[in-house]
Amino acid sequence: MPPFRLERNQRGRLALVNERGETFEDIEVVRAFPLTDPRHWISICDGAGKELLFIDNLDGVEAATRSLIEEELSQREFVPVITRITNTPSSDEPATWQVETDRGATTFEVESDEAIHRQENFRVSITDSHGIRYEIPDIRRLDARSRKALERFL
Amino acid sequence: MRELTIAAGSLPAWVRTLAGAHVPAGEAVLTWFEPDLDAQLRYASGLVLLTDRQVVSLEWSGSRANGKSGGPPRTVKQWPIDHDSEFKCKDQAGVGRLELVRQGEVLASWRYTMARAAGAHRLADRWEAEVRGEKVAPEETKAAETANIECPVCGTPSPVGSSTCASCGASLSKKAVWSLFRLFGVARKYFWMTLLGFVLTLAGTASGLIPPYLTMPLMDDYLVPYQGGHAIDPDMVKWYLVGLAGAAVLAWVLTWGQMYVLAWVSERVAADLRTMTYQHLQKLSLEYFGRKRTGDLISRVSSDTDRICYFLSVYVLDFATDVLMLVMTVAILVSIDWELAMVTLLPLPLISFLVFRVQGRLARGFSSGNRAWAELTNVLADTIPGIRVVKAFAQEDREVERFHRSNERVLHTNDRINRVWAYFSAVVVLLTELGVLVVWIVGVYRVFHHSVTVGVLTSFVAYISRFYTRLDSMSRIASATQRAAASAQRVFGILDRVPKVVEASNPIPAKNLEGSITLQDVGFRFGTRPVLRGINLSIRAGEMIGLAGQSGAGKTTLINLVCRFYDVTEGAILVDGADIRQYSLGEYRRRVGLVLQEPFLFYGTVAENIAYGRPNASRTEIIAAARAARAHEFILRLPGGYDSLVGERGQFLSGGERQRISIARALLVDPRILILDEATSSVDTETEREIQVALSNLIKGRTTIAIAHRLSTLQRADRLVVMEHGEIVEVGPHQELLDRGGVYARLYQAQFETPHGTAEDPEEEDDDDLAGAPAAAIKDK
Ligand SMILES: Nc1ncnc2c1ncn2[C@@H]1O[C@H](COP(=O)(O)OP(=O)(O)O)[C@@H](O)[C@H]1O
Ligand SMILES: [Mg+2]
Repeated sequence: MPPFRLERNQRGRLALVNERGETFEDIEVVRAFPLTDPRHWISICDGAGKELLFIDNLDGVEAATRSLIEEELSQREFVPVITRITNTPSSDEPATWQVETDRGATTFEVESDEAIHRQENFRVSITDSHGIRYEIPDIRRLDARSRKALERFL
Repeated sequence: MRELTIAAGSLPAWVRTLAGAHVPAGEAVLTWFEPDLDAQLRYASGLVLLTDRQVVSLEWSGSRANGKSGGPPRTVKQWPIDHDSEFKCKDQAGVGRLELVRQGEVLASWRYTMARAAGAHRLADRWEAEVRGEKVAPEETKAAETANIECPVCGTPSPVGSSTCASCGASLSKKAVWSLFRLFGVARKYFWMTLLGFVLTLAGTASGLIPPYLTMPLMDDYLVPYQGGHAIDPDMVKWYLVGLAGAAVLAWVLTWGQMYVLAWVSERVAADLRTMTYQHLQKLSLEYFGRKRTGDLISRVSSDTDRICYFLSVYVLDFATDVLMLVMTVAILVSIDWELAMVTLLPLPLISFLVFRVQGRLARGFSSGNRAWAELTNVLADTIPGIRVVKAFAQEDREVERFHRSNERVLHTNDRINRVWAYFSAVVVLLTELGVLVVWIVGVYRVFHHSVTVGVLTSFVAYISRFYTRLDSMSRIASATQRAAASAQRVFGILDRVPKVVEASNPIPAKNLEGSITLQDVGFRFGTRPVLRGINLSIRAGEMIGLAGQSGAGKTTLINLVCRFYDVTEGAILVDGADIRQYSLGEYRRRVGLVLQEPFLFYGTVAENIAYGRPNASRTEIIAAARAARAHEFILRLPGGYDSLVGERGQFLSGGERQRISIARALLVDPRILILDEATSSVDTETEREIQVALSNLIKGRTTIAIAHRLSTLQRADRLVVMEHGEIVEVGPHQELLDRGGVYARLYQAQFETPHGTAEDPEEEDDDDLAGAPAAAIKDK
């Protein structure tokens, strides 16, 4: 990975300065594996989607840049983390889920069982009817009621 | 018998016998053929023996059992043949004609139905090979010798014990019930659990018979005397009641254990059967899938195995309990009072007779029921993936109608079964009711005459009501057995199918192939229809071959042969000098990468699809493959990046995107031989350009065979091979073929005479700096 620098311009947008000193305005930061490996494989593209730089590991990036990237990613990505399931979603389709997330309580609809995906052993992601993704990083850490509500779908 | 030379060992015994009688010593029988029609197209068996010097034709009047037994032939004719003689086959409208021709004159002709067409073609080809002076290996000796049953439909021999023909799937053994016995083979693994289950069943059934045995003395020794004013011991009455309660508890525990154990076994048998069937299905060649409907296969693997499971877990258990119960009850009844017992058993022969009568009708009913069900599944498997076409042509109503019709058929077959069944059940109920009545009459009469006590009579009635319920439920096995047998036959229909493309017995490892390909006199036919003829071509390792020709010329078929989806019917394909049939199938295919015109993606994420051929590929490798396939940037634009779901068959992606993912998929396995079948013909020019660039990465250092419709895309090829009607007509580099002014030049001109021709100017497309671009993309990582 060649050396590079990120800057925030006056409009609050990010710009990339590469090793040759060229500046690219209005860049976008994208995760290649947002679900399965969010800490690695991050791509920086220009506005048209052309890749400018690829970072395989954020740990190798100097702290200031890294926090800029992380800030940008958290702005870009809206993935609420479910902490509790408050209703008992029915197995009808679509089913309504009432949940508490790290971003507050919400209600969403799930189209079909396929939208509930077991990622690794204990990680679950749910995609609602609008395509918004919700994460449960570890089902073992849910309370018993929530776990029971969820288990029927796994 | 006399010695017959060369191929004699490969002849079936009956042919050998006839050859011994009609072929002079010292002549080699090359092959044989059985015409089944006479000149007037009436069925008549015959046998044509081809030797190196003559044709011997035997004819019988009428058809005998496959020409294998029976009397001496009606006529025997001979024609000497030499290198000017030729055999010609003409197949038309289900009937064929084999002619022996010399210098334009037809010397003899034989007629045959399509069932025998393969033999006629074999004979003609064999003679052609003989004239060319080739030594042909004897026909597969194994098939002829180990096989004992011959399929009545297609004539292919199958090993003894198969219930269905290995080649066409026709039923060989008449009784579907035999298929059920083959389930024991599957259940052998669970022998001990099964045994435990049956011991529990035995004990459970016996415990169920205790209560009436206790009520009999309770009544006769205590209750009746008590009513008669005698003093009794109340303690003993208490003990009898405790005994009754104990029997109930015991029966409960044992039944619970028995049900659980046997259900456990049958679930496993059914699961094993399902996996076995699916595993076997995966081994079958493309040819099989070409002929079978998806829905039919799905219903065999899913619902038929499920029916078998239900049968095993519910009915076999019930049946066993019933039989045990009956035997024990009869024993008890006889021991109490044999005369009364005989009266009780009166309806039994009648019921057995009815069961026997109803069996056959049920068997037919269930087998057509299963087929109707498969048809229903077919409609679903057909229209759900094709829903866009249905909607585009506004044919929803017609599809609903089609489904409705299939559903009606299911309904109708079920109605038929139910009618038979309802009638049968009602008759059984009537008979048993009458039986109880007769027992009452005889019993009451004998109580009046003091030859039995009231206690004996009541326990008798208690026993026989159990007995008749059992009998009733036992007769149900008739229906359940037939249903399960029909399903078992369909499942074994898959399992008995012998894969056409088989693993060599001593496969050579195919780990490090160079990738040179030699096609030697390759010929291929679908059934009797010749598609490829006399293909000869050598491809150097690392060479790129462009395959051109009109659609239907046999290009796809040729690469299917190279992939070993089918095996050649004549000649051989050599890779690195060895016949591809000698390589281990899986390893060989892993060395071959395939990109198809219609890239099929599986339900899952983009990353999973790219890594399909190598599931343990690292993320770095997946990204590198996607980059080289020019897919990386569009993947990043997807909402979930590499983790985005592609939908069933990849329908969330556009055609060009699917195509590039399929290229990445082929690239990741790092194949030595790369095959591109019209990989770019369904996308726009801009995307095609991108894909071309991706491909130029892919073909570097690999033997490549590319089929393309747009000839401009083949210009990078080292040599072009032009096919027409299943034959190679021209081979050479682009410019040379253009200069020659042959088929290729004509095809090429035709593409630029179209109104939009200029847009596809080949010189524009062949853009060299684009080819360099992806390399840079990899470098800047
Ligand atoms: N499964 C099949 N069964 C019978 N005939 C087939 C089958 N597949 C292809 N054919 C026939 O073989 C011929 C060659 O087909 P193919 O190799 O697909 O041509 P193309 O050169 O267009 O790829 C065609 O006439 C086609 O009808
Ligand atoms: Mg084709």
